[in-house]
Amino acid sequence: MTAPGAISKVCTALKAYWTGGTWLRWEVFLGAVLVADLVLNAVVSPYFLDPLTLSDATFNFTEKALIALPMALLIIGREIDVSVAGILALSSVVMGLGAEHGLGTPALVGLGLTTGAACGAANGALVALLRVPSIVATIGTMSLFRGVAAGVLGDRVLKNYPASFHWFGQGYVIGVISFELVLFTVCVGLFSIYLHLTLFGRRLYALGSNPEAARFAGVRLTRYRFWLFVATGLASGLAAVLLTSRLGSTRPSIAQGWELEVISMVILGGVSVAGGRGTIPGVALAAVLLGFVTYGLGLANIPGIVMQIIVGALLIVVVGLPIVGKRLQARAHR
Amino acid sequence: MPTALRRARREFGLATLTLALFAVVALRFPDFASGRSLLSLVDDTALLVLLALGETLVILTRAIDLSMAANVAFSGMIVALLNRAHPDLSLWVLVPLSASIGALLGTFNGLLVWLLEVPSIVVTLGTMAIYRGAVYLASGGTWVTSGQMSASFQGLVRHLLLGVTTLSWLALLGALLAWWLLRFTNAGRGFYVAGNNPAAAVYAGVDVGRAQARAFALAGAIAGLCGYLWVARFAVAYTDVANGFELQVIAACVIGGISIGGGVGTVAGVVLGCLFLGVLKNALPLLGVSPFWQTALSGLVITVAVIINARDATPGRRRILEPRTLAQAGTPGARPSP
Amino acid sequence: MRASGLAKAFGGTRALIDGELSLYAGTVTALIGENGAGKSTLVKILTGIYRPDAGQINLDGQPVQIHSLLDAQQLGISVIHQESVVFEDLSVAENIFITARPKRYGLIDWPSLRRRAAQLLAQLETPLDPDALLRSLSLSQRHIVQIARALSHDSRVIIMDEPTAALSHHETEDLLAIVRRLRDAGHAILFISHKFDEIMAIADRYAVFRDGAAVGCGAMADTNLDSLVSLMVGRAMAQIYPKLPASPGAEILQVQGLSRAPEFQDVNLTLKRGEILGVYGLVGAGRSELMQVLFGLHRADHGQILLDGKPVHFANPEEAIRAGIVYVPEDRQHQGAVLSQSIRDNIALPNLRQLSSCGITRNSRVTAAAGEWSARLQVKCRDTGQRVDELSGGNQQKVVLAKWLLSKPRILILDEPTKGIDIGSKAAVHQLTGELVQQGLSVIMVSSELPEILGVADRVLVMRRGLARGLFERSTASAPAILRAALDS
Repeated sequence: MTAPGAISKVCTALKAYWTGGTWLRWEVFLGAVLVADLVLNAVVSPYFLDPLTLSDATFNFTEKALIALPMALLIIGREIDVSVAGILALSSVVMGLGAEHGLGTPALVGLGLTTGAACGAANGALVALLRVPSIVATIGTMSLFRGVAAGVLGDRVLKNYPASFHWFGQGYVIGVISFELVLFTVCVGLFSIYLHLTLFGRRLYALGSNPEAARFAGVRLTRYRFWLFVATGLASGLAAVLLTSRLGSTRPSIAQGWELEVISMVILGGVSVAGGRGTIPGVALAAVLLGFVTYGLGLANIPGIVMQIIVGALLIVVVGLPIVGKRLQARAHR
Repeated sequence: MPTALRRARREFGLATLTLALFAVVALRFPDFASGRSLLSLVDDTALLVLLALGETLVILTRAIDLSMAANVAFSGMIVALLNRAHPDLSLWVLVPLSASIGALLGTFNGLLVWLLEVPSIVVTLGTMAIYRGAVYLASGGTWVTSGQMSASFQGLVRHLLLGVTTLSWLALLGALLAWWLLRFTNAGRGFYVAGNNPAAAVYAGVDVGRAQARAFALAGAIAGLCGYLWVARFAVAYTDVANGFELQVIAACVIGGISIGGGVGTVAGVVLGCLFLGVLKNALPLLGVSPFWQTALSGLVITVAVIINARDATPGRRRILEPRTLAQAGTPGARPSP
Repeated sequence: MRASGLAKAFGGTRALIDGELSLYAGTVTALIGENGAGKSTLVKILTGIYRPDAGQINLDGQPVQIHSLLDAQQLGISVIHQESVVFEDLSVAENIFITARPKRYGLIDWPSLRRRAAQLLAQLETPLDPDALLRSLSLSQRHIVQIARALSHDSRVIIMDEPTAALSHHETEDLLAIVRRLRDAGHAILFISHKFDEIMAIADRYAVFRDGAAVGCGAMADTNLDSLVSLMVGRAMAQIYPKLPASPGAEILQVQGLSRAPEFQDVNLTLKRGEILGVYGLVGAGRSELMQVLFGLHRADHGQILLDGKPVHFANPEEAIRAGIVYVPEDRQHQGAVLSQSIRDNIALPNLRQLSSCGITRNSRVTAAAGEWSARLQVKCRDTGQRVDELSGGNQQKVVLAKWLLSKPRILILDEPTKGIDIGSKAAVHQLTGELVQQGLSVIMVSSELPEILGVADRVLVMRRGLARGLFERSTASAPAILRAALDS
């Protein structure tokens, strides 16, 4: 292919991308806000652009983002799971108990992942098989999982983890790039391929847009719903491994309030609560954005609870703005 | 079965279950059934009853309000702060103020749902965080303790009328008002209409968005009132007041037969749901269940309740065959004849 | 009431071009027309759901503006819909008085509500319990509640949109008696129906619509069935329902004693290769339920299905599709197509496996397949990336057909395939199925339109109330014979 031919091809592709509807506009918008926030953070705090600080900041979102990825698929499929933090807590407690009984790192990781998947399967059974609406089902299991974790734990703290276990949450792969960040990037890649390239992703979009029509077209709704919940549970278990190994201990209050943050990441990422719309790159960008925003606020010594106000307001604005925009557009056209 | 009885079957079952649970505990601990213990139980459950009534109004319209607990915390904190700063400020000002602040917060939720058409779960997830953070901002992270509250501030809720606390009377009054609203006013019936069939509600002259906004405003007002009641009863106001309580509220509603899809539910059911949770909560320590397991137990109860609800809601098969035909099932049916 | 010059277009589709209608007090006027002729658009304009692009409506000689349902109600116009406007978890009495609950001292007067509901129901001679929840009522009973509601409004104009569609012969007679009573009391009734025997029995006047315009009106006494049908259809039957010559081969599908209580019972049917089996019956006869069992959406309680002589059990639609049986549902919008997605995505959905390699879907293959079938079926669109909800009903149906035909099925089950479609698309659909049948496709076509069944089917199975009532060869199928089998004797 000649050089001018290649350039013109690239230009046409770029043009198609840009006018390709809302797909890329939101992601570009998020990207722009991210850049703006990075600049802001750098201005507020001089050591922000230090590689170590940046790396430190990534821990703010990597674990939550891992849960946000399958959660995005779930919400695109018109379901929701508010029990993820409870699953995380329970998985962490199970691992802690395993550590107390002297189990090695591989076994602990296995325990954490299995607990997560099992909890996810329980959710899946409730929603896909027993047809319980996912919001109430997972409100129930949220209390159940966290409650069992709290009950088993009592007022103790579990911290007898083997030394090698800490590598997952505290280890680095190359220089300042942490294992968690690498894992996050790999997962973003895998989930993007699943949702945007494979036929399973297309079926999921149809399922979320119109479950009945999808069913009539041969999509196995029960199967998709069940395995999506298992995936979310598994991701929560994985996040439990990472978080527990990073903190080095298990407390009853571990990951408190994380369900709100994860769902906020997904919705900020452009996934519609009504189902059938949303992208993985959007969710990934939203996760990174939220991570850096909260990190920057932390550097400015703003307490966590006030940060929540900003996250909450952001959530409402993000969802409400397009609707306001549509209204104004309609009025302008009249 | 006559229709009225059929509808009350669920409430009947729940009442029986509650009484059974109560009886089991009372057999081992006769004190549990004493007058004083019963009054204490009702007093304990009163706040849950009031908040659950508010949440019921919202859920009936096919929406959900996750911000009620944060609303309670904020309104309560404001009046507590006022009381600390101006102890002579009359309760006649503080109590309506608390309710008004709550109503304002609720209306904010309602307007976002109605005018901006943002799904209520997103709105209330956001406002839950905003209102909770606002408590911190208002209080600067400090606590308002009982020593800093005036005697009258704390006294009202504990005041006994005919041996029953004001708080309990308020809960009863609230239940009666809610029942009256839902049964005898067009606005109340409008909640059922909006939640039952939003697409067809316009044919019945009901604007779904407006009904939802109304429900949110009322729920907010109740939450605001409970804000004062909560900080006065527990004689303390801090950022984490009622943290996580919204789950108990929703649990009480679900157990009481309120359908999460809207349009179904009764005040009697909600009150029974609250009583059930109240008996359970008070029975657990007596039965030797460590407080650490209470969350798990209520989680289990919620899960079972929603499974039962889901089974009731599943649409059955279309009734096409005539009863005559069904009765003849087994005999060779009509063979095609040219 | 007099409506003149009404017009309404949706995007590129002109649903109503010249709507003209006159209604007189104390008269029953029948509104006749094929699906897609503009009847429902006209009704929606009269009841304030749509605003007309042109034309005007006069009531008692005065021009009126009907901008909403409440407007219509206040002007005394009420309508009884086909789709249930009912609130399932409220009582019958409350549903009847849903917009006007009686009050006493500002509070809802429940005893009075109940009493008046009972009175209305007694007027209709229906043994319904006013306290019963709507959820427990059958379709025909829900209909009657809506009629009671219209009566409660003291309406001057009562529009009935296919009110007897799901009623038994006995219930129909009762309803017609009520209609006569309403007429004698001075109401103006607009009666929309496809059943000519009812129209001849009840109507005083007629108004015929075709292709979005009024083509004739007058007194029933001055006309007969033939002229009404020719006004309605406007062209030779054979043009709309082309019957292409075909020679059915061996039996490929056998259904024996299939039952699923309480939907249908003991149904037998056979399907030959290269034939069109029509399944006729009134709405609610259990035909769709039967088809959905054949497609694997539901399971039968008894009986068996044999494909090529071998018993098959489909646990879900995916298995049926793999066996070559596909189903085009009656409800195009909710079950047939994913309206918010593009033509391309809709056509691809059941065929993703063949359009992908190693799980990755090839966009090029999708676009090619969608383009090919979209052109073959002549789907009128900008390009295959257009959203399906922007297309007209007929084109939407073509997209639904395209997605199934791409999968090269052996048996195509069509459930009311031309419902709500304009005449042109109807003919196209039948032409296409005829061609495919010539090439060996087998078709089961469920329809409640007698001309369609008579025009296209090789054999006709008639169902009534969940039972198979008769099987006719093309040569012995006639309107009276089929109708007799389909209605109560």
